[in-house]
Amino acid sequence: MLELVTTRHNPMVDPTLHVWGWEIPVYLFLGGWVAGSMIIAGYFARRGRPPGAGGVASVLPWLSLVLLSLGMGALFLDLEHKLYVWRMYLTLQPASPMSWGGWILILVYPVLLLGALASIPPDLLSGRPAIAGLAARLRNPVTAGRLGSVSMVAGVALGIYTGILLSSLGARPLWSSAALGPLFLVSGLSTGAASAHLVARDPDEQASLLRADNLFLIVELALIGLILIGLATASAVHANAAQLLLGGPYTAVFWVLVVGLGILLPLTLQTLMASHRIPHTVIAPLLVIGGGLALRFVIVSAGQYSHWITP
Amino acid sequence: MARLGMVIDTRRCVGCMDCVVACKTENGVPDGHCRDWITQRLEGTMPHLRLTITSERCNHCDNPPCVTCCPTGASHVHDYGQVVLVDHDKCIGCKACLASCPYGARFIHPEGYADKCTFCIHRVEKGELPACVAVCPTHAMHFGDLDDPQSEVSRLIASRRHFVLKPDAGTKPRIYYLE
Repeated sequence: MLELVTTRHNPMVDPTLHVWGWEIPVYLFLGGWVAGSMIIAGYFARRGRPPGAGGVASVLPWLSLVLLSLGMGALFLDLEHKLYVWRMYLTLQPASPMSWGGWILILVYPVLLLGALASIPPDLLSGRPAIAGLAARLRNPVTAGRLGSVSMVAGVALGIYTGILLSSLGARPLWSSAALGPLFLVSGLSTGAASAHLVARDPDEQASLLRADNLFLIVELALIGLILIGLATASAVHANAAQLLLGGPYTAVFWVLVVGLGILLPLTLQTLMASHRIPHTVIAPLLVIGGGLALRFVIVSAGQYSHWITP
Repeated sequence: MARLGMVIDTRRCVGCMDCVVACKTENGVPDGHCRDWITQRLEGTMPHLRLTITSERCNHCDNPPCVTCCPTGASHVHDYGQVVLVDHDKCIGCKACLASCPYGARFIHPEGYADKCTFCIHRVEKGELPACVAVCPTHAMHFGDLDDPQSEVSRLIASRRHFVLKPDAGTKPRIYYLE
């Protein structure tokens, strides 16, 4: 028997850690979504369908600007010392993923703005020759390709940082996996592909986004499996953390909402859609987006619940 | 440079909470929060039980994850005694340090910044002991330079069996408990 009795009663810390509520999962979800959208927009730009050419690459920068702004709003709401937020940008702490993330967000905004500017139809900018000239230069195939490359790199950095942010906090055993960064990146790609599929009008784009999303969902499943195997076969502390998803309090919500409704069901539907056995439906992409949100909520909440069990 | 640490004799500690009250008074710790606390561990099987009482606080780790994760440098290792401190004017209240601490030693002050034990650095820099150590009625608590082999804390660690909290978390805590 080991019984612990403590007089500590600090808010957000006891009886179990709960420092992050809805704001951080929403921010991580929206950040991942934007990351995936940037990579997909960059890919299409490099493949000769840049912003302004009428495809999804014209819509994604605008969608991403809105989503990222909402995400940063959620992040700001989470801060307890809000008026000091500017302190983030007086320093770069090399060992802090959160510090890197703050600067990555600063890099992402101008890339999105340039993509959005390039997608504005020229006749809407006829009264503003300077902006019209810049937009025309951005639509130049070579420049658009380079901007696409920058968009893809910024997207990968943004997507992977959201996972590393958690995995670097070693006191939370559930997050102690190097695969968490890639998982959040692939989940962001999946969400980005699903949303791009929703807004795509070109059948070729729709088909390629559908195939890409299926690939992302399969990789996401594999990464979830790797993380669980890694935790379950590591130390007792990590095995206990894995039990939260393998028989503990987060098991039902994880397997039903994240894996079942968020990955397996849309993967099945989209496989049938890709082989033309069922017509295109918005249900599958919406499920993917909902699954991405559920993944962030479960991982953030269960991770805080996990702790170092030794006295 | 000194490396300040604490040694607490669990054979002398009776869990009277004087250290907790002294800390709250000395540091103006807000109601409903605490920088130090008492933990009782009951181990074994009836009738072979063992009760260990520990006075706990920030361990001022040699490898402090709260400092590593801080995005603004608010959490830092102070030049004097390598004590881990928080600069309130740099803290944005992101709570990453709370999530990174395996000891749950930090909390958010009602004014919004992360707060925790400072080893009473304002007293120590004047040559005084931390408030908790100064008031301990059973003289269970000792404080000093762990790098000085002649210091009281170093001699106690060298001469008595001891343990630290959560050693496998890899943070290298600087509070030692004598068995």
